[in-house]
Amino acid sequence: MKKTMNLKPMTEGGKIRTPLRLLLIVLLSALAAGLGYAVSTLSSQAPGLSEWVAANLESSGVSNPVTAVLLNFRGYDTVLEMGVLLVALLGVWSLGGIPEQRESSAGPVLDMLSRLLVPVLILVAGYLLWAGADAPGGAFQAGSVLGAAGVLLLLAGWRPEPRFAGLPLRIILTMGLGLFVVMGIVSMLMGGRLLQYPRSFAGVLILLIEAAATLSIGMTLAALFRGSRPGAKLDR
Amino acid sequence: MALTIAAIPWGVMAILLPLVGALACFLSPRRANPLGLVTAFGVVACVAGLAWQVVAQGTQRYAIGGWGAPLGIDVYADGLSVLMLMATAVVGLGISVYSNSYFKRDKAVNFWPLWLFLWSALNALFLSADIFNLYVTLELLGLAAVALVALAGGADALTGAMRYLLVSLLGSLAYLLGVALLYHSFGCLDIALLAERMEPSPAVLAAVGLMSAGLLLKTALFPLHFWLPPAHASAPAPVSALLSALVVKASFYILLRLWLEVFPVTAAALGQLLGLLGAAAVLWGGLQALRQTRLKMLIAYSTVAQLGYLFLAFPLGSTIAWQGTLYLLLSHALAKAAMFMAAGNVLRFGGHDRIVDLDRVAQRLPLTVTAFALAGVSIMGLPPSGGFIAKWLLLEAAMLSGQWWWMIILILGGLLAAAYVFKVIGYAFTRAVMTHEARAVPATMEWAALALALAAILLGLVAPWPLALMEIGLPFGGEAAG
Amino acid sequence: MSPPSLYALVGIGLFTLGLYALIVHTHLLRKILAINVMGSGVFLVLVALAARAREAAPDPVPHAMVITGIVVAVSATALALALMVRVRAETGRAELPEKRPE
Repeated sequence: MKKTMNLKPMTEGGKIRTPLRLLLIVLLSALAAGLGYAVSTLSSQAPGLSEWVAANLESSGVSNPVTAVLLNFRGYDTVLEMGVLLVALLGVWSLGGIPEQRESSAGPVLDMLSRLLVPVLILVAGYLLWAGADAPGGAFQAGSVLGAAGVLLLLAGWRPEPRFAGLPLRIILTMGLGLFVVMGIVSMLMGGRLLQYPRSFAGVLILLIEAAATLSIGMTLAALFRGSRPGAKLDR
Repeated sequence: MALTIAAIPWGVMAILLPLVGALACFLSPRRANPLGLVTAFGVVACVAGLAWQVVAQGTQRYAIGGWGAPLGIDVYADGLSVLMLMATAVVGLGISVYSNSYFKRDKAVNFWPLWLFLWSALNALFLSADIFNLYVTLELLGLAAVALVALAGGADALTGAMRYLLVSLLGSLAYLLGVALLYHSFGCLDIALLAERMEPSPAVLAAVGLMSAGLLLKTALFPLHFWLPPAHASAPAPVSALLSALVVKASFYILLRLWLEVFPVTAAALGQLLGLLGAAAVLWGGLQALRQTRLKMLIAYSTVAQLGYLFLAFPLGSTIAWQGTLYLLLSHALAKAAMFMAAGNVLRFGGHDRIVDLDRVAQRLPLTVTAFALAGVSIMGLPPSGGFIAKWLLLEAAMLSGQWWWMIILILGGLLAAAYVFKVIGYAFTRAVMTHEARAVPATMEWAALALALAAILLGLVAPWPLALMEIGLPFGGEAAG
Repeated sequence: MSPPSLYALVGIGLFTLGLYALIVHTHLLRKILAINVMGSGVFLVLVALAARAREAAPDPVPHAMVITGIVVAVSATALALALMVRVRAETGRAELPEKRPE
């Protein structure tokens, strides 16, 4: 009953046939050439928004322009982006976990290095967080380093205690996004727009938000690496 | 400071409330169901407030952080965004009520935070006036949707989700590259400012191509629709409903905004191509739907077909055509959600959704069959329904602009839709022996499906009001000539 | 050719290479890596052209956009990898099944 059409299958044993591959290469080369040409026609000097940022930098509360953009001028993007992180974690957790590999105990090298490195990483994260106000650094950079520390710990075999794996863990995970949203609502209640920080407190507020965000991001990254909800039994 | 009702930024509340709700459901999983429902009602209230604000005061522009474009991000509400928000709110409420009964405890714990994040992403998307902010909302939307599809478990859902994720990421990256080119050409990210500064150039052309390709991939326009049927059919029923009804419309909305406001010159030129692809989608989707043996796959292919209609407005270009498209967006959202919910009821009842075996389940679920039939009326475009008004407007636009070949497509599409809808309903009216493994379907699930289907029909009776709402801010103004 | 343009062209090249790999390879891990390469290409375009602003300091807004983009890419990659592992557990192979027009 099914109408069969005599077309050669696009894929053969999973790989794409050579003539199609060549066609693909030709098409993509044309695409690259077109895009490259488009890029090359852009003028060689363009201030973009850098002058706007420079003009408003003083009232933003920090002196690092990237931090000012991320946490103040375009803070709304950052709110949504922290939501993205959390959603990814929710997705990974809802998948039911990664089949546990047979865990061998960490060898002496990993054991020793993790003991040496993790405190250093935590310190570096703290520094990056603090330095983010005036120099390159900030919540995401610090959070990544913290996440790396978490990954190292997990690799070395460390697991959180069960009593911290429930509500306390979830609180830390949502702290960054939660504080940001609370700050936004408070700013609205105080008569301004969403996420409009009062000029005098802006620096302090940004630091607070970044601190909470650092912890959240670090914890989220480590939890993403772990793959399964702590304490959950794997459903197979 | 007295906060009058009129002064509350309802639009912003509509974005924040689901976020807060999602966090609450995540922190307190035991109370996820009631928290989620309360949030749903709250969001509907916020959207109602925003609609009232826009009708009373005209378009609303809200500068987040107080900075204003181009430095900050603006939130912008006009008639179009309000209509999309309202459709999302109605369908979202229906899905929330439905999911309350659909998911068991352990799945519900995962469902509610993801669904509320998705809702927040949708609201943020429809209100955003900044092209990079749109990228972030698109990603939030995509990831939440993929996670929701994968909730069903099983090989079909997981591979469908994986394919959906890869496609979604590809589309977003193409869009982001377009954003990069636009920003570096004009130095701003705000849609209104871009529209002012827009000048054709190779970089702009590249950006149009990239962003359109990415968004068309996400909207599953033929031939980029391959990912949609597996993902929508294998997801849990309420997730299928929200994917077909809302998520695919979001990328279409962005495409619409960009083509109408930022790139009007190019819209006319490529319109015929889009119309052609839309026509192909209508025919291909309809034919494939007829071939399906499983109900949810049939409904998924119906989505592919209906999405094709949306692109017929591009070659027509007149205000009437856009009105028809928008009306189709709204009525399809309601009707398709109702259909998927009905399919979910059938699945819950009999444990399967094979169409040939439907007669054994259909007569025990009269509400569900009615819901499916009413939704089918709207999909077919029969009066009195939202779908009928939409088709009527599109037919009128085709006639007025002299491009009569689109009329043939509209009529053929309607016939195909009638064929596959009747294929399903036909089985409902045949008598058969009852099976004994039937499971009870909660009444709320049946009523939710019926309510949405009725709303689709109702949309056909209240036509003047949504059409008037579309006029506010009118991005399709007088310059849109055939 | 100025350095910004050169880096931007490299970014375009990465984008296209990643696209080729995404289409051609069947193993999911390679597809995920291809997406990452494409993402890096886009970020490179963003950052490279930001250097056109001034001698002393580049335009900070694209930098912020890239930071946001990196976080989004990391989240998406994590979800994709977890999905891939589950797909492999369910179907035995880390590949998408051949698409049958069913």
